[in-house]
Amino acid sequence: MPEIRNYTVNFGPQHPAAHGVLRLVLEMDGEVVQRADPHVGLLHRATEKLAEYKIYNQSIPYMDRLDYVSMMVNEHAYVLAIEKLLGIEAPIRAQYIRVMFDEITRLLNHLMWLGTHALDVGAMTMFLYCFREREDLMDMYEAVSGARMHAAYYRPGGVYRDLPDSMPKYTETKYRDKDEVRRMNANREGSLLDFIWDFTERFPGYVDEYETLLTDNRIWKQRTVGIGVVSPERALQLGFTGPMLRGSGIEWDLRKKQPYEVYDRLDFQVPIGVNGDCYDRYLVRVEEMRQSNRIIRQCVEWLRKHPGPVMLENHKVTPPSREEMKSEMEALIHHFKLFTEGYVLPEGEAYAAVEHPKGEFGIYLVSDGANKPYRLKIRPPGFIHLAAMDEMARGHMLADVVAIIGTMDIVFGEIDR
Amino acid sequence: MMDWFVELWQAVPLGVQTVVIILLQIIAIVLPLMLCVAYLTYAERKVIGAMQIRMGPNRVGFFGHRLWGLGQPIADAVKLMFKEIVIPAGANRGLFLLAPVLSIGPALAAWAVVPFDAHLVLADIDAGLLYVLAVTSIGVYGVIIAGWASNSKYALLGAMRSGAQIVSYEIAMGFALVGVLMAGGSLNLGSIVRAQEGGVLHWFWIPLLPLFVIYFVSAVAETNRAPFDVAEGESEIVAGFHVEYSGMAFAVFFLAEYANMILVSGLTAIMFLGGWLSPLQGLLPESAFGVPVIGALLGDGIHWFIIKTAFFLFLFLWFRATFPRYRYDQIMRLGWKIFIPITIVWLLVVGVMILAGLPPWFDGA
Repeated sequence: MPEIRNYTVNFGPQHPAAHGVLRLVLEMDGEVVQRADPHVGLLHRATEKLAEYKIYNQSIPYMDRLDYVSMMVNEHAYVLAIEKLLGIEAPIRAQYIRVMFDEITRLLNHLMWLGTHALDVGAMTMFLYCFREREDLMDMYEAVSGARMHAAYYRPGGVYRDLPDSMPKYTETKYRDKDEVRRMNANREGSLLDFIWDFTERFPGYVDEYETLLTDNRIWKQRTVGIGVVSPERALQLGFTGPMLRGSGIEWDLRKKQPYEVYDRLDFQVPIGVNGDCYDRYLVRVEEMRQSNRIIRQCVEWLRKHPGPVMLENHKVTPPSREEMKSEMEALIHHFKLFTEGYVLPEGEAYAAVEHPKGEFGIYLVSDGANKPYRLKIRPPGFIHLAAMDEMARGHMLADVVAIIGTMDIVFGEIDR
Repeated sequence: MMDWFVELWQAVPLGVQTVVIILLQIIAIVLPLMLCVAYLTYAERKVIGAMQIRMGPNRVGFFGHRLWGLGQPIADAVKLMFKEIVIPAGANRGLFLLAPVLSIGPALAAWAVVPFDAHLVLADIDAGLLYVLAVTSIGVYGVIIAGWASNSKYALLGAMRSGAQIVSYEIAMGFALVGVLMAGGSLNLGSIVRAQEGGVLHWFWIPLLPLFVIYFVSAVAETNRAPFDVAEGESEIVAGFHVEYSGMAFAVFFLAEYANMILVSGLTAIMFLGGWLSPLQGLLPESAFGVPVIGALLGDGIHWFIIKTAFFLFLFLWFRATFPRYRYDQIMRLGWKIFIPITIVWLLVVGVMILAGLPPWFDGA
């Protein structure tokens, strides 16, 4: 009698639920997963090595491309590490802007996660609802940096520019008449801050819509409750961070535990789960979106009242204004030096971590006193989460693997780097 | 000229005459059906698009006019026809090509016994209900053979899921139909409709409400539509049983799926919502139905059947836009542990209702 063998399925890298290029080799007993073996590296772009050959500021755009759904937060960790080694701190207004855009980015990321997670589990409409809101958030990115995704907006010593006073507007075309254009431009008449404020007014209603579709939905609950359970102890041992850890019931948030920028002045709460399953992580992330909305509102209020510089005047690190360059030789020299050889960091090492939407995103920077890093190490949250794939998926069915990949909020830009 | 045709026709032997007439009738059913399928895909994209705050197809029209994208299904059909049918190297060629045929055949054949109105039915056979059950069950072979012949793991998984699912839901569906059979007192679909005569409150959906709901949910499961679409589970097993199919071979599966949707919607309308019967019967005075054009619209007729069918089709689309997908074992649990017990209990209730002659449904017959 022939022996009954498990069979292996190549799940990805070309797979709708592979979230990019995850290659998962699944050993299956019928529909039940016996072993899940994630293969990574298909999106490896050698970011860490490339950074060793670039002056510090030129690596900022690389950071955008790590986790390409939470761009500015990646920059944030990198910029913080440089600032730590230089011993400088951004002006207070820049810090508020950074925090505000960190939270906008958190919304971007969580909306992307919610949309794709729900799509993986079969709720197609969520995806399009989430992308409706992402569109507005992307417009904020565009208004402030000129790019909808890869902003390169944070700089050591502040942010690239102050917030714009006006929003770009839609114009009439063959397909859009005057009334429609007026309707589309209704919330774009004021400054970027007005636009963001208008968004934060609407956004809680949108989250309610998502929750109507999913939170009490019996099918959604059947698909997520009790799937991919991680106990609090195990979550700590595995090195989980962010919503993955909080979903297991451990209250750990870098914004509270080691506040950077102005998070200690802001009022927000950190939601935690109870059971550590996909459903709890879903609830945690949805609540995080509401809290981010609160933070953004507080930042907008503060920013409206407190104008000021957004970049340090230390021209060894930050570029001088174009105006100064026309009249002052000193400024011209600074500009030339800064954009040719950059600035040097004192010898030493620094680790800066931020509460990334996915967990703890850290940059470990070693400088030998040159204008380029001696070594740059990125601590990606997703890589550590993905390592638990086998443990979380074992014994579940094939359809649950998809839910687990979704709940991990995996983006391959940061995992493969 | 006309006489010549009549003479020619009379010269044809009687047996051949019958065959020709039946063939023409089949064409008269299948052609509009295929058109409905094509435009059901269009409706699906438009309806789901509206639910998802987007446009849906709105570019392809006719003769330079966009016409809200009405040309899209035709363009899709032409595109699929001109695509190559790739047969994988490891596939069983014969079975691979047989599977789409097996899946569309039953979807079309079942229409033979569907009464569109009081007289419009191709084969008014007495065991119509049994015929429908038997024929639609064959459809699962198409899916299983497709999955097997593709020689692909994903396709095989899809086929296994689909096989288990359809077989399980057939039972719940069968039991629900037994209720209809008891209530209608006949296996003939026309008689079942006639048993519901007398306005919207006389239709079987009230006394058979649990069976009605179960039948329709099972029908969604039978046709592998969301939220029961595990057989093709887009995000899990990519496209399931038809992952290896391309071009027209794929399109035939697609046609079969949509033809099946229309079929089960029509059957639901016939068995629970009184088919071609007008809901206004008994509500309006009899004289209202005598008014020339309006009376015909208000009274019984094929248009009511189409409206009711369209309503159920809309529900299909609405489900797809709303619900996440069930997991394979959860579908099984729903079918075996919830639907089948409920149907069995309700069959007893129906029996009691019939014995008691509960008006207005069971007092006359």
